[in-house]
Amino acid sequence: MSILVLGLGNALMNDDAVGVRAIEELRLRFAFSAEVQLVDGGTLGLDLLPFLEGVERLLIIDAIDMGGAPGDLFRLEGDEVPRAFASKLSVHQMGVQDLLAVAELQGHVPRELVVHGVQPASIEMEMQLSPAVTTAMEPLLAGIVAELERWGVRRQQAA
Amino acid sequence: MSKRIAVDPITRIEGHLRIEAQIEGGKITNAWSSSTAFRGIEAILKGRDPRDAHHFTQRFCGVCTTVHSMASIRAVEDALKIQIPDNARLIRNLIMGIQNVQDHVIHFYHLHALDWVDIVSALSADPAKTSQLAQSISDWPKSSTTYFKAVQGRIQAFVNTGRLGPFQNAYWGHSAYRLPAEANLMAVAHYLEALEWQKEVIKIHAILGSKNPHPQTFLVGGMAIPVDPDSQNALNADKIAYIGKLLKQARLFVEQVYIPDLLAVASFYKDWAAIGGGVGNYLSYGDFPMDNSGSVSSLYFPRGIIMGKDLANLMTVDESKITEYVTNSWYSYAGGDNKGLHPYDGETTPNYNGPKPPYEFLDTNGKYSWVKSPRYNDQPMEVGPLARILVAYVGGNPDVKGVVDFVLGKLGVGAGALFSTLGRTAARGVDALIMARKNEVWLQQLADNMGRGIYETFNKEKWDPATWPKEARGFGFHEAPRGALGHWIRIENQKIANYQAVVPSTWNAGPRDPKGQLGPYESALVGTPIADEQKPLEILRTIHSFDPCLACAVHVLDGQGTEIIRIKAL
Repeated sequence: MSILVLGLGNALMNDDAVGVRAIEELRLRFAFSAEVQLVDGGTLGLDLLPFLEGVERLLIIDAIDMGGAPGDLFRLEGDEVPRAFASKLSVHQMGVQDLLAVAELQGHVPRELVVHGVQPASIEMEMQLSPAVTTAMEPLLAGIVAELERWGVRRQQAA
Repeated sequence: MSKRIAVDPITRIEGHLRIEAQIEGGKITNAWSSSTAFRGIEAILKGRDPRDAHHFTQRFCGVCTTVHSMASIRAVEDALKIQIPDNARLIRNLIMGIQNVQDHVIHFYHLHALDWVDIVSALSADPAKTSQLAQSISDWPKSSTTYFKAVQGRIQAFVNTGRLGPFQNAYWGHSAYRLPAEANLMAVAHYLEALEWQKEVIKIHAILGSKNPHPQTFLVGGMAIPVDPDSQNALNADKIAYIGKLLKQARLFVEQVYIPDLLAVASFYKDWAAIGGGVGNYLSYGDFPMDNSGSVSSLYFPRGIIMGKDLANLMTVDESKITEYVTNSWYSYAGGDNKGLHPYDGETTPNYNGPKPPYEFLDTNGKYSWVKSPRYNDQPMEVGPLARILVAYVGGNPDVKGVVDFVLGKLGVGAGALFSTLGRTAARGVDALIMARKNEVWLQQLADNMGRGIYETFNKEKWDPATWPKEARGFGFHEAPRGALGHWIRIENQKIANYQAVVPSTWNAGPRDPKGQLGPYESALVGTPIADEQKPLEILRTIHSFDPCLACAVHVLDGQGTEIIRIKAL
């Protein structure tokens, strides 16, 4: 079984980068069993298609505006996912929604699709996450680890 | 009656571009190009180590990661007078060359083709006739009736899901679509094949960049990838052979699929060879050094300028004549907004005085874009594959001359047809073919160097900041897939004192200047016929022919709603 954990966002735009930062943290802290691939997808669109091939379970981490308070966490699955990304005209414009549609046209649709999203406080040209999203990082990571556990992934703490 | 329309957003990838156009008697009489979101990426770089700049600039844009690494590293090397080893030059040429090929194919099939190809019409195609059509234009093996029937089945299943993604907002059934159903089906089949093809081709970046996405091997002074025929971890003979296989695959697809499709599609739209010309001034920085002397004459694609479509007069580029204006952009300059600043002295101070969204139209009499207006010698310049190919065509590159003449001959048009929307799209194909062929030559040269025991990839002479002058400045030019890209850096006391990037989409998408001269997008739209104001497909054709990518020109703050077009009778 193949699992892809895909962090998205522009590393230069503070809270937009939360997916990228989460991937960095996961890499630092854990060694997951071999079926798990952690990918910093940046803001790449169709270039990410090859990573979807053969993936049965896809977990996307990204900043999403769900109208919540800064740092709020969201978990979306299945059909909720394309809808959530539908109005996101960010640098990911040729992003998640289009990526999934084209993957579908190609016949590579993951069996299970989950998004762990964070409500951004600000999306500005800065290297630091906002305080609210920084605080949200620990519960975000815990949620991702629990999701992977549910999928039967084994892990070790990194040395 | 005159009507004003706005198309927003117009890019299918990366970023946020808005076009407002005045339409009278079925034609565009005036146009304004705006990007409605701010960027200020350069500010992040001040005070940092110049050797690290490329790690940040690489993240300017999600689509073109390599190009901003390249321009940044060259700027630092220019400032510090560093000469790179021959192997580093060849590896860089290969990384950039394959980037151009991949980018152009993806642009044609996945971003631009939808302006010419009606996907829905492909459902009514006869697979047997599609097979005949495909076999009449190319030897590409995937061309049987069964194959096209299967593709049709996939499109039907996809359309049935109702989740159309990138195809959602297209104008299917528009009267300006002119291809027969069979040509549409063939194009959609190749849309899918191009995705499979891309997956293989980008493996080259994974090898030469150590990682994809976001290559890791760029380095001030060379490339951080060892060359050694006997080491498993280095670029060895096995890896070179593997890259050779991938390059051949890349070339065959361009030769047997992209170019025949381009010619086939273009033959139905020849009227677009007289539409969308624009400013008629072309700037190419030139690129792909043939030796490591650092001289302009070593560039495979020459550096040069063509003014007023005058192919008989190729001019040299004087970098000091580049300035950026903000008269019509939402920035302020300390010394006044009507004066142009050279990038060494560039400023990025936001000054938004536009309407509060949501709004109907911008006030285009004042500031109306987050993109600055770059000018060369106070003239607007078009950059991109067309500029690169035109300059090479008259600048004595025999490969370019051969392919351009072949394409013009096939379409039965003269060189004047290049100054158009169709010319821009054709030039991109020419560029891809030239690059796809040249890549194999550079790989062979790399293998030859290795055979002669030349392994060096990094010049460490000036790595230590103690060896640097107290003050230095330099610029890095690169012909990125979308055209002339420049980074300018000023280094003081071993740190970045100022950094400016002037990207291709800024040259092309910028607004008017203090003299009121239109930018290339704006100028290209004037005179374009519009069949249906509610569905201005023709605007998309011309703007997409430039391959807009504005993530690096600006950044989008947020995006509420997916409304694409607004129309008002004035």
